[in-house]
Amino acid sequence: MKQVTERPESSSEARSAAGAGPGPAGTQAHNGRTTGPGTAPAATGAATTKPSVDTPPVFEIEKLTVRYGGKLAVHDVSFDITEKRITALIGASGCGKSTFIRSLNRMNDLIPSATVEGSVRYHGQNLYASEVDAVQVRKRIGMVFQKPNPFPKSIYDNIAFGPRVLGMDGNMDEMVERALRRGALWDEVKDRLKTNAFGMSGGQQQRLCIARALATDPDVLLMDEPASALDPISTGHIEDLMFELKERYSIVIVTHNMQQAARVSDMTAFFTVVVDEASGHRHGEVVEYDETEKVFTNPSDERTEAYVTGRVG
Amino acid sequence: MSVAEAPAARAVVRGSSSGARLREILFPAALLLCIGFAMLTLVVLLVDVAVDGIPVLSGEFITGFPSQIFPERSGIQSALVGTLLLMAVCAVFIVPVGTATAIYLEEYADNNRWWNRLIEVNIQNLAAVPSIVYGILGLAFLVRGPLELGRVVLAGALTLGLLVLPVVIIVGREAIRAVPSSIREGSMALGATQWQTIWKQVLPGALPGIATGVILALSRAIGETAPLIVVGAASFARFNPNDLTSDPFSALPIQILAWVQDPQDEFRALAAGAILVLLFLLLLMNAGAIYLRNRFEQKW
Ligand SMILES: Nc1ncnc2c1ncn2[C@@H]1O[C@H](COP(=O)(O)OP(=O)(O)O)[C@@H](O)[C@H]1O
Ligand SMILES: [Mg+2]
Repeated sequence: MKQVTERPESSSEARSAAGAGPGPAGTQAHNGRTTGPGTAPAATGAATTKPSVDTPPVFEIEKLTVRYGGKLAVHDVSFDITEKRITALIGASGCGKSTFIRSLNRMNDLIPSATVEGSVRYHGQNLYASEVDAVQVRKRIGMVFQKPNPFPKSIYDNIAFGPRVLGMDGNMDEMVERALRRGALWDEVKDRLKTNAFGMSGGQQQRLCIARALATDPDVLLMDEPASALDPISTGHIEDLMFELKERYSIVIVTHNMQQAARVSDMTAFFTVVVDEASGHRHGEVVEYDETEKVFTNPSDERTEAYVTGRVG
Repeated sequence: MSVAEAPAARAVVRGSSSGARLREILFPAALLLCIGFAMLTLVVLLVDVAVDGIPVLSGEFITGFPSQIFPERSGIQSALVGTLLLMAVCAVFIVPVGTATAIYLEEYADNNRWWNRLIEVNIQNLAAVPSIVYGILGLAFLVRGPLELGRVVLAGALTLGLLVLPVVIIVGREAIRAVPSSIREGSMALGATQWQTIWKQVLPGALPGIATGVILALSRAIGETAPLIVVGAASFARFNPNDLTSDPFSALPIQILAWVQDPQDEFRALAAGAILVLLFLLLLMNAGAIYLRNRFEQKW
């Protein structure tokens, strides 16, 4: 099993927590980007859509195709996701946004029928290489789901669960407080850390799930429609939180709320459903990936334009 | 809506035929009658047993050993101890085996594999196999046969365990299935392994349900008679088994059967007393199951 390489600036605490030493010697290049021995980033970068951004990619996705039981769900997706930015994935229901985002931390492994082709390089390391352990991947790449899914435990134990199973050392009380502060929840719950998380409001539960994901000190936060089950005020809280978080984390968010994508994200990928003429089977593809402002004001694909201006979808 | 429409609407509302209304009354009445009949039978049985049994209940009845000659000096100590030992050993056997099987079938087994489907069908069918067949199995494989345990508590408890294992597995699977997959995903997304997820999230969530299943299974096992007869439980044990693997043992249902078959009325009264003790244990277990369910069951 091979350790997924980490960002150089990640704390030694997180490094020891991941349960192994540093990555293979000599694979860490400058400016926070790491490359595996066999990868040549310049060569692949040219082939993929690459808007002008200043920070290095955290994910380089190449020809990613996901099938469920042989049926195509997401086809041939290639683009780079930039570090410390918020990347929005938009598109109509069923176009494979969830499937795609779940392939970034190998959550699709949990679905027995799902198969993945192509590659997702995370700091240069292909997550689907045979030596990579999916559990190690998820330690570095956190995820928040559409419906808040707190564990039926106290608020404290919800946060502490991740650090405990990863065997992170350090003062647990401090880790819990830090995570709750990052999740913008500390002030609301500091007096009732031992109460059951099921007693919180939906918005608080979702921020708890975000804080829970942050407690293990990940590098990336994947969010699949994190606000779609919440009221507007809670949604506002989550959006504010995302702005704070992008200082430290790379964030990928699925949303079908156009305004939300426009408000929070730096980059936007537009997914659409493509219908196969012969079989009538539907699958998702990325038709446009660019800076959010460009996608929303001056899209280059007419399907994107139709979607963002609200004519379809 | 205009005022003119109102009478017409009222006519529609009133329009159900008297026949339909009669059915509305008769059907629940018939249901009630059925329940009443079942309850009545139960009450008559209980009263009958209580009338015969309560007079014999006493400290000596609980602590005494059975006698074939003197009903007034007879007691159920060896049968009660045998039953409690059987239940304890049975629980020690079915909890880990039943839980492990339920976890395997729910969390690991790939239903596309024929052997997993075979296991599943087997378990469902095993739940319906007559208990005497388990007794014969116990006799052939545990008492004699490869294990050669003899007519001891361990053999009886394992036989009862095999008999009720399907119940534990089926109820356990339901409890495990009731833990939502979002909990598993949340745990796995934090970097927990599948085993950590099962051990720290799924099992704690399913535990009240599993415990309820175990109690229900034991309350079936406690009344089983036929398999114990086959594996050779003693009808009149004049001492308690000292251990699980060498001494003969008795059990309440066996003792009851022996007394019921006795021509002397005094002995049949003892049977009624023993039935009351057995019923009390049964009620205790069911109360425990209800308490567990109400107190600890997770609402997702
Ligand atoms: N677990 C699954 N098994 C089989 N098909 C699935 C599964 N999850 C999603 N799909 C299919 O994959 C396609 C994309 O779904 P999804 O990724 O959930 O889209 P989105 O999140 O954009 O609504 C849909 O056609 C859906 O039916
Ligand atoms: Mg989705």
